Amino acid sequence: MRGAKIEIMVNPGPARQSSLLIDHDQAVAVATFLRDHPALGFDFCSNVTGVDWLDRTLKKTTKVKQVVDGVEKEVDQTSEEKIPGYLEAIYHLYSMKLKYGPLIIRMRTANRTDGVHLPSLTPVWRSAELQEREIFDLYGIHFDGHPDLRRILMWDEFKDHPMRKDYVPPDDFEWEPTAHDEVLERAKQHYPPRPQLDGAEKITAPQS
Amino acid sequence: MSATVETIEAMERPPVTMTSRLDGELLEVSMGPQHPSTHGVFRMNVALEGEIVRKLKPVFGYLHRNHEQIGEDMTYLGSMPYTDRLDYFCSMTNNWAYALSVERLAGIEVPERAEYLRVILAELTRLQNHASLLGFLLSDMGAWGTPLMYAFREREKILDLFESLSGSRMMCDYMRFGGCRVDADDAWLSRAKQIVDRFPKFLDEFEALILQNEIVIARTQDVGKLSPELAISAGITGPMLRACGVNYDIRKVDGYGIYPRFKFRVPLGDHGDTYDRLMMRALEMRESVEILKQALAQIPTGPIVNPKVKVRAFRPPVGEAYGRIEAPKGELGFYLISDGGPNPYRYRVRPPSFINLTILEDLCLGHVVADVMVILGSIDIVMGEVDR
Repeated sequence: MRGAKIEIMVNPGPARQSSLLIDHDQAVAVATFLRDHPALGFDFCSNVTGVDWLDRTLKKTTKVKQVVDGVEKEVDQTSEEKIPGYLEAIYHLYSMKLKYGPLIIRMRTANRTDGVHLPSLTPVWRSAELQEREIFDLYGIHFDGHPDLRRILMWDEFKDHPMRKDYVPPDDFEWEPTAHDEVLERAKQHYPPRPQLDGAEKITAPQS
Repeated sequence: MSATVETIEAMERPPVTMTSRLDGELLEVSMGPQHPSTHGVFRMNVALEGEIVRKLKPVFGYLHRNHEQIGEDMTYLGSMPYTDRLDYFCSMTNNWAYALSVERLAGIEVPERAEYLRVILAELTRLQNHASLLGFLLSDMGAWGTPLMYAFREREKILDLFESLSGSRMMCDYMRFGGCRVDADDAWLSRAKQIVDRFPKFLDEFEALILQNEIVIARTQDVGKLSPELAISAGITGPMLRACGVNYDIRKVDGYGIYPRFKFRVPLGDHGDTYDRLMMRALEMRESVEILKQALAQIPTGPIVNPKVKVRAFRPPVGEAYGRIEAPKGELGFYLISDGGPNPYRYRVRPPSFINLTILEDLCLGHVVADVMVILGSIDIVMGEVDR
């Protein structure tokens, strides 16, 4: 518990629900502390959700004094800050004993590709069980220590994570009962040509 | 069999090496998805030892349409009619939860009359949801048809009210950010008053006929017991939580809308079994009737929508908000992140019936397979909300 890194994330909106950013290593210890401390008593984890943040560049304009042609002037200087993308898991905590809340805690993954592991808080709050499974399914965050981490809403053979911001839905809706013109055209590009289906008329038509 | 049989008694007893289904061998049954008692397309993989449930894994996703992604692709107002389709029994409370979250996100005030209308419609929704739940539950138990029709008769009256106000029976799309869509005239209010005044008569009848029925008591008491500690840890909300004796009603705790103005009690259960969950609905309906009587008597005149709210080009400031209400099934919450654009960056629904299913296995273990349907029915799920 000692040395746990916690950062306050300020919410600029009118809701004023600010949150705590928690480090991975100490997350379970911090969560247990929040639950078990008699003055805090956050025994009810209401909502668990994921957010996908893509790579961003923040543009900042700062006024800098510069000497231009011997005269001191204020000049706008733009600086760009590149923020690499990450996935985020957000927990909304309430206290049923003391009847207050919410306390929002969030954890961030290292990146969006290979470092997508976060500690599971299901051992602390059972209500995270299905919701963390849902985040794993839709966002692809791996929760270490989760008792039963499987896909929940999508089928098991599904490959991608559909709630990510850069998700591209498949365009081969050929199996759909309503597939038509341009959808079928696009779908054809995914498969080797099948004369028995695609060009049936041409083959069977009599050669005059 | 090579073992020699020496006595007649040994011959009658089955040899030890022979295993029967009752001797620890599990039979796997897939209950659902097309089963009338699963309240939609929901499946449970059940491992049975004889008739006793030894393992149960719920399978979700048959109705999944990625509601949250559709919400992120649409404008804030564009998602409002789509929230009706989450829990299609309670579209009014879904609307309210979403409107409340957006109002928090953008800092919008709601006029007095609109708040009253919201309370009236939410409590009417609670009445019809609980009434039809009791009907469905009895239908699951084998009381085919009649109790369900008794409940549906009352529900139909309330749906008629919804239709005359919003134009639709179930997909109401009634709330707007900062108010409501159409005003209720005096004729509508007096009709609502009439229905509310007659509702306790239905409750008396229903309780006398059904809830004191010996078979119902035998099927539900001591079935699917839930301890308050597990309920809190598993995030159970709504009548199911209060049936365990935990006093947590968001109408009282958060006091959203104008609920602090009304006098009502929060019924609490003692045992946390299926019978308590059933009774909880009946008792909550009585309290809803009390709230409705007060609200219908006090409703003021005035505007029903905040004129400062932009309908077109509605862009909340950058930030995030979580809003929650006490929906008939439990805590319904919406979590929104705005990046200043016309559609939310993140749109998340916290569905009560999905999270209430977390402990389905714990409730069913050790009970016979026929009790699974009763326990599932008492949780009160709607698949439109579970799978989203």
